Amino acid sequence: MSARYFGAAVTRLEDARLLAGKGQYVDDIELPGMLHAAFVRASFAHGRIRSIDTSDALAMPGVAAIYTMADFEDIAHGPMPPMAPHPLLKTPITYHPLANTEVRHVGEAIAIVLADSRAKAEDAAAAVVLDIEYLPAVSDATLACDANSPRAHSQHTSNIAATMKAGFGDTAAVFAKADHVLTEHFDIHRGGCHSMECRGVVAHIDLLTGALTISTSSQSPYMVRRHLAGYLKRDENDIRVMTPDVGGGFGPKANVYAEEFAVALAVIKCRRPVKWIEDRQEHFVATTQQRGQTWTLDVAFDNDGRMHAIRGRCIHDNGAYAPYGLILPATALASFPGPYALEALDLSLDVVLTNLVPTSPVRGACRPNVAFLLERLADRIARHLGIDRQEVRRRSFVRADQMPYSTGMKARDGSPISYDSGDYVGALNLVLDEIDAANFPARRNEAKQRGKLRGLGIASCVEDTGLGPFEGASVRVTPAGKVVIASGASSQGQGHRTAFAQIAADVLGVELEDVTIETADTAKFPLGISTIASRIAVTAGSSVQLAAHKVRAKAIAFASHQLEVDEHDLELAGGAVHVKGIPDMKIKLSEIARTLSGNTGMPMPGDMEPDLAATAYFNSNALTFAYGANACEVEVDPDTGDIRVVRYVVVHDCGRMINPMIVDGQIRGGVVHGIGNALFERMIHDEEGQPLTTTYGDYLLPMASEMPRIEIHHMETPSPRNPIGVKGAGEGGTIPAAACVISAVEDALGPNGPFIALHPISPQQVVTWLDRN
Amino acid sequence: MTERSVSFTLNGEQREAKVDPRTHLGDFLRHSLGLTGTHLGCEHGVCGACTVIVDGAPVRSCLMLAVQIEGSVVETVEGLGNPDSLSTLQQAFVTNHGLQCGFCTPGMLMTLEAYLRSTPMPTERDVRIAISGNICRCTGYEGIVQAALDVAATRADRT
Repeated sequence: MSARYFGAAVTRLEDARLLAGKGQYVDDIELPGMLHAAFVRASFAHGRIRSIDTSDALAMPGVAAIYTMADFEDIAHGPMPPMAPHPLLKTPITYHPLANTEVRHVGEAIAIVLADSRAKAEDAAAAVVLDIEYLPAVSDATLACDANSPRAHSQHTSNIAATMKAGFGDTAAVFAKADHVLTEHFDIHRGGCHSMECRGVVAHIDLLTGALTISTSSQSPYMVRRHLAGYLKRDENDIRVMTPDVGGGFGPKANVYAEEFAVALAVIKCRRPVKWIEDRQEHFVATTQQRGQTWTLDVAFDNDGRMHAIRGRCIHDNGAYAPYGLILPATALASFPGPYALEALDLSLDVVLTNLVPTSPVRGACRPNVAFLLERLADRIARHLGIDRQEVRRRSFVRADQMPYSTGMKARDGSPISYDSGDYVGALNLVLDEIDAANFPARRNEAKQRGKLRGLGIASCVEDTGLGPFEGASVRVTPAGKVVIASGASSQGQGHRTAFAQIAADVLGVELEDVTIETADTAKFPLGISTIASRIAVTAGSSVQLAAHKVRAKAIAFASHQLEVDEHDLELAGGAVHVKGIPDMKIKLSEIARTLSGNTGMPMPGDMEPDLAATAYFNSNALTFAYGANACEVEVDPDTGDIRVVRYVVVHDCGRMINPMIVDGQIRGGVVHGIGNALFERMIHDEEGQPLTTTYGDYLLPMASEMPRIEIHHMETPSPRNPIGVKGAGEGGTIPAAACVISAVEDALGPNGPFIALHPISPQQVVTWLDRN
Repeated sequence: MTERSVSFTLNGEQREAKVDPRTHLGDFLRHSLGLTGTHLGCEHGVCGACTVIVDGAPVRSCLMLAVQIEGSVVETVEGLGNPDSLSTLQQAFVTNHGLQCGFCTPGMLMTLEAYLRSTPMPTERDVRIAISGNICRCTGYEGIVQAALDVAATRADRT
């Protein structure tokens, strides 16, 4: 078996269909008799529902039904189950499918309107009369910590839902003996997600059996099934959930949403198919958002710039509900100490409820925040001591000879966190070489001649990938000789189909075109977790490899029996098992599959188990750690404050690459997302929790005209923790990118400029800083 | 509301249809004609996913009413090529990994198709400005830009 496809930059099997406009996204599904849903949503951030009058709306043309939570009383009631229960959250803070007593952020769904067109449903939704008693709202997490602040949930006695701790070592002792201690305050602003496809659900009910079928634009179809079944007190087998083509996920689509439940409940009630397609305005007020946090950190370091310890506190803006438990704040704490070998760490994080849309993981979850904090502190130390920024890192990073390295942190199950492999200093050195940092002063001078301020930024990161517990895959050879892979792993553009086919085609000696993939349909594969946390290559990729090897072993056993040749003398190639060195002495996989499909009345040859197929689950018991070092150059226009990223170089190590083209695509998109976080994306609310940036005219996303080319260089340190040696690649582009850009802007503004401890930064802010100099 | 008749050319075929005056072109193409290749990303004219070509110009189909296409020539992604016979531009997207989730892709293709007809030899900066009204959240744009440059270079070689 030779690797023909694994590691090759083959073009994607997904592409032709999508390019020809033949993709099938959820809004492309049409069912006979289908009704269209629109939601009545809260127009202010906190209020008590007194009454909902649907009578005028119900009388409007084309309207079939309008439901509130009270209408579902005979089917189900109460809040939705938490996706990830956490012991610190004694009472889950989850949505009701439709708000029944209190609304807690602008956009919370209150009623669902069904009509024969989306336009008519929207017209009728506007005619539903809400009587809502105004309650004071809180939109700022820091103010929400004040004992006198309004409560985001009126029945709570505090807005602090949980206080989480993390750390190791004797922080007080390390700080006491440190040469230097600095304290900095950081502000990382809330942003959105903005997959180009909004969310959407199409559901229908089998009128004979009552079984539900749901297509949803989700990263977690199995979680939708599990939690909906629990809520409806049904067997999971009565609910089929699948994801069609999904137009981007980036994290928020991993949640199980109130709208998914509300549509399912409406279908049970009205017994007709229902489609709901989120519009972009709804996306701004009802899809979870990202990582608003403030931090106050002390850092202890020595005269050489070696970082020894960090302590501090975070105020984490959780928004109004915690559908995903404490996953996001937990990720923030778990991302320490990054690439730094610290002696001690002592962190406390308050999870604060506000009357805003909930936050949940968005590309990188809170890892980009922590990369921002650590890299900003490293730059701050260098500036304080007057030494090179890279020296602080070289002296403070975990060294390659320390691998595997126990950081001092503990995983969720209490086991020690240990970095599996890597060379963080090597990656930093390489990226500085590639960007030609040595000659940067000349480029800075050249820019100055043109009236521009040029800065060099650097940032590194470590990323835990391959989150457990598992994904699985089945591999089956059909009697036509085609290989069918089924897996629970849902896809939102990552090219899973191509990557899985590459893995299986090598093991089974077939061509890529002979492999078809069926993913994310609960009727096609029994179990799945979620496409999150850069985990699918590790978990599902390994499962495909393991299952394909089982199929291979079975094919060889069959051929050995038929050809009367020792198994060691057989190999797979060209869609057949043949004797090594004698290609003509072979049995085709199609023939084996046909025989193992059985013939009436005939015994199975060699009493073999029927079907040329196998299933495998890879249990990802230990995280595998990807890492990267980034460097970029920006030019600032001192008159306008305009910031251009003119060069961006990535060094990245995600272990063995299944498909370097796909990996590069993940990194490029990720970096651009991070540049957006640094310079553009700002979700603004007023004091009353009203969102002020709900169009793409107000909320800026990175556009092609503002983006540089992203140069990528790979290091390839195979992970010892899975059979294919891979580490995740989905978020490593984003994680250090905002830190890298801000580092460059700070460098451009010069030694008299500010220490930049927030993002995004705007041209106005830059001009203000320059005027202050 | 009273439906109106519209007649127009769609991907080279003469068509007639009835349409509600308030239906925008994107919804009309998708839901009345079943051409679901055109995608709606923001429905307020910024993201560009719904871009189609009307009388040679790229337009946002979410900002144009279907009744406005009376007598016009409309081109959608379905007119560019089939999965087994992609156009040069579509194939360049494959080669350069110019798409991931594929949702913004039809709008990108139609914007670039119209652009490359009028600007056969663009620079990289030109291409970036040409697609600055199309948002892609997946790719970071580089593969899309390179695809357009490759097509331009190929066409220049031929002439």
